[in-house]
Amino acid sequence: MKIHSFMKEILEKILARHPMNKKDSLLPILQEVQKANGYLTEDLLSEVGRYLGMPVNKVYGVAAFYDQFRFTPQGLCHIRICQGTACHLFGSSSFLGELEKQLKVKAGGISRDKKFSLEIVNCMGACESAPVLRVNDTFYPHLTPEELSRIIHNLKEKTE
Amino acid sequence: MQFNIEINDQQVSAKRGETIKNVLDRIGIHVPTLCYMQGFSPTGGCRMCVVEVEGISELVPSCAHLVTEWMKIKTHSPRVIKARKVLVELLLASHPDDCLYCERTGTCGLQDLAFEMNITERKHHIKRQQIQVDKSCSSIIRDPAKCVLCGRCIRVCDEVIGVSAIDVVGRGSDSRIGTSYNRGLNVQTCVKCGQCIMVCPTAALSEKPGFQHVLDALNNPDLYPVVLFSPTIPASIAEAFNIKASRDILNLLRAALKKMGFNQVFDASMAGDLAIMEEAAEFIDRFNKRENLPMFTSCCPSWVRYVEECRPRLLPNLSTTGSPQQLMGRLTKNYITSSASQKPENVFVVSVMPCTAKKHEAAGDRMKDGKSFNVDAVITTRELVKMIKFLGIDISSLEPEPSDSAFSMRSSSGNLFGISGGHLEGLMRTIHFMMTGVEMSSIKISELRGLKNKKEARVKAGKNLFNIAAVSGLANAKILLDEIEAGRADFQIVEVMACPNGCINGGGQTLGADEKELKIRMKALYDVDDEEIIKVAHKNPIIVDLYDKFLAKPGSGHNMELLHVSRTSTDGK
Repeated sequence: MKIHSFMKEILEKILARHPMNKKDSLLPILQEVQKANGYLTEDLLSEVGRYLGMPVNKVYGVAAFYDQFRFTPQGLCHIRICQGTACHLFGSSSFLGELEKQLKVKAGGISRDKKFSLEIVNCMGACESAPVLRVNDTFYPHLTPEELSRIIHNLKEKTE
Repeated sequence: MQFNIEINDQQVSAKRGETIKNVLDRIGIHVPTLCYMQGFSPTGGCRMCVVEVEGISELVPSCAHLVTEWMKIKTHSPRVIKARKVLVELLLASHPDDCLYCERTGTCGLQDLAFEMNITERKHHIKRQQIQVDKSCSSIIRDPAKCVLCGRCIRVCDEVIGVSAIDVVGRGSDSRIGTSYNRGLNVQTCVKCGQCIMVCPTAALSEKPGFQHVLDALNNPDLYPVVLFSPTIPASIAEAFNIKASRDILNLLRAALKKMGFNQVFDASMAGDLAIMEEAAEFIDRFNKRENLPMFTSCCPSWVRYVEECRPRLLPNLSTTGSPQQLMGRLTKNYITSSASQKPENVFVVSVMPCTAKKHEAAGDRMKDGKSFNVDAVITTRELVKMIKFLGIDISSLEPEPSDSAFSMRSSSGNLFGISGGHLEGLMRTIHFMMTGVEMSSIKISELRGLKNKKEARVKAGKNLFNIAAVSGLANAKILLDEIEAGRADFQIVEVMACPNGCINGGGQTLGADEKELKIRMKALYDVDDEEIIKVAHKNPIIVDLYDKFLAKPGSGHNMELLHVSRTSTDGK
């Protein structure tokens, strides 16, 4: 897989924002690239490595250390479910099972029709609203089973 | 600045800038280590070398902590010993229990530690995440289950080879050593040199075994197995079996290989001579046209792979001559097909090399002749030692067997291929002769000798003065390549070997050799150069005969097809 010309342009702009091409810029560059592309591909990492003078394996090593970086594409709806202590106590693992079953997607993966991707996060920093679910940029606090089935229904309808 | 410190209640003098471990080594106190490697930057990662320092609440790693004045150190206090023991127990908690079947039994750093710490039972059981054994590479196998994450392989790959093919991936208990996107070791950046195997304390890294393949061939009545060996092998075998490395060892090795069941035994030094002839002609041609200079040698498969994958711009500068293994494989196959009237598909050529990259070279042979490979199986020095023992051959009591086969004459130039600088030395002797018609006045180029990573020399041939360099350790070569790519143009020939000091320290050699052993291996090669009557490739009667009867003039005609490889990048650029 090569980098799409559209993405290439964006990448060039991102790299131009870090003109010192010092290794310190690696994390901000990776964050910006992920924001633009949704996830990190090997070709993108190679380009970043070439710019910073770092071997691609080192770039991957750094990226793989952090949970915030993804190496698989995101679906149209990217669902994050919190499994932190508070959310777990409020039964978020049963919600996770329900999401996996209903949307035919495994945690950390993407559904076959590329509509849904599911990610487990360790904390969203909103423990007072536990259990929490996030779909793209929308938060759903104090989740209940009824609420969840409504959300799933809406998502399915929206992506038809 | 000298000052005193106190170690285990004894006054010891120390210098500013020394680490605690430096001082301990000097006064003969042994602290166990796992990640420590002499000559490398310390990481202090394994914490095995911790000591107690008065005034510092936590234990400090002696490999990374500098001494200060009046420091009071305890190296084996109960607290220190307990900490070390717990560390080893935790490492063992997720380590497989299959020591009996492990190839590193007896040479395993973890096993030694467990023994040293007097650990007699398994304290903890942790089921580690199952990660598949990485068999993607044709030279090196990685078994993550046996990895103790000491990071030595990463540092060698970074600091000595400079390709950074592996790194720590993941975090915490999920950390493992791998390549980007879990591609497996068959990634473009890995040059298969095997230096990571040499530093691995456990069996997490090992060469792809050729043992059974060779054994099967030896027992197959339809096949006609023959063997060729690299010039470094005799000295390494002498070392492994504790025999004095003398002239006899070559004949003892021949006898042992014959006993193993090989029909004919060939010394690949002769192919070194052939490579020198072709390379010399190639260089003179380039020099006259003033193109593609400096010329890089092409005998080291790791180096060739590095240029192909990482510096494709320099491909035209690489000599097109095949490596001695490829040339020798091709020659023996052709020779046996015609002389011993064997069908080409029945001839099984085994090559014994101090190198893991040769396995890769043989498997992905660009010089492959139709269906048949030039070399059918490659085994390392280690595997040969294992095989000799396996087949119950007592090498010291064998009758030395003088060479009987064809191609047994060699010049000492071809034999010098085993050490960094040696190939270049032999090559210059022949270039001098080809250009001027007379031999060099002093055949020894002493600037190219010794255990150094970068050696430069100036050699005069007629009215031309050549600047030549021999670099070993790819990371050192990278520095020179950067200069050349930036416009440095004063070198005419550069020899590169991926492993530090060349094949005597190759990734297939006996594990755990120190500088003393390297010097013995080196001396063995130089001794041959002193003793051998024929010292230059172009005087080797077999080479003369070959060029008379079968081959065209060096560097021309159908030699190009037979003995040369086209240099194109693997991704077709």
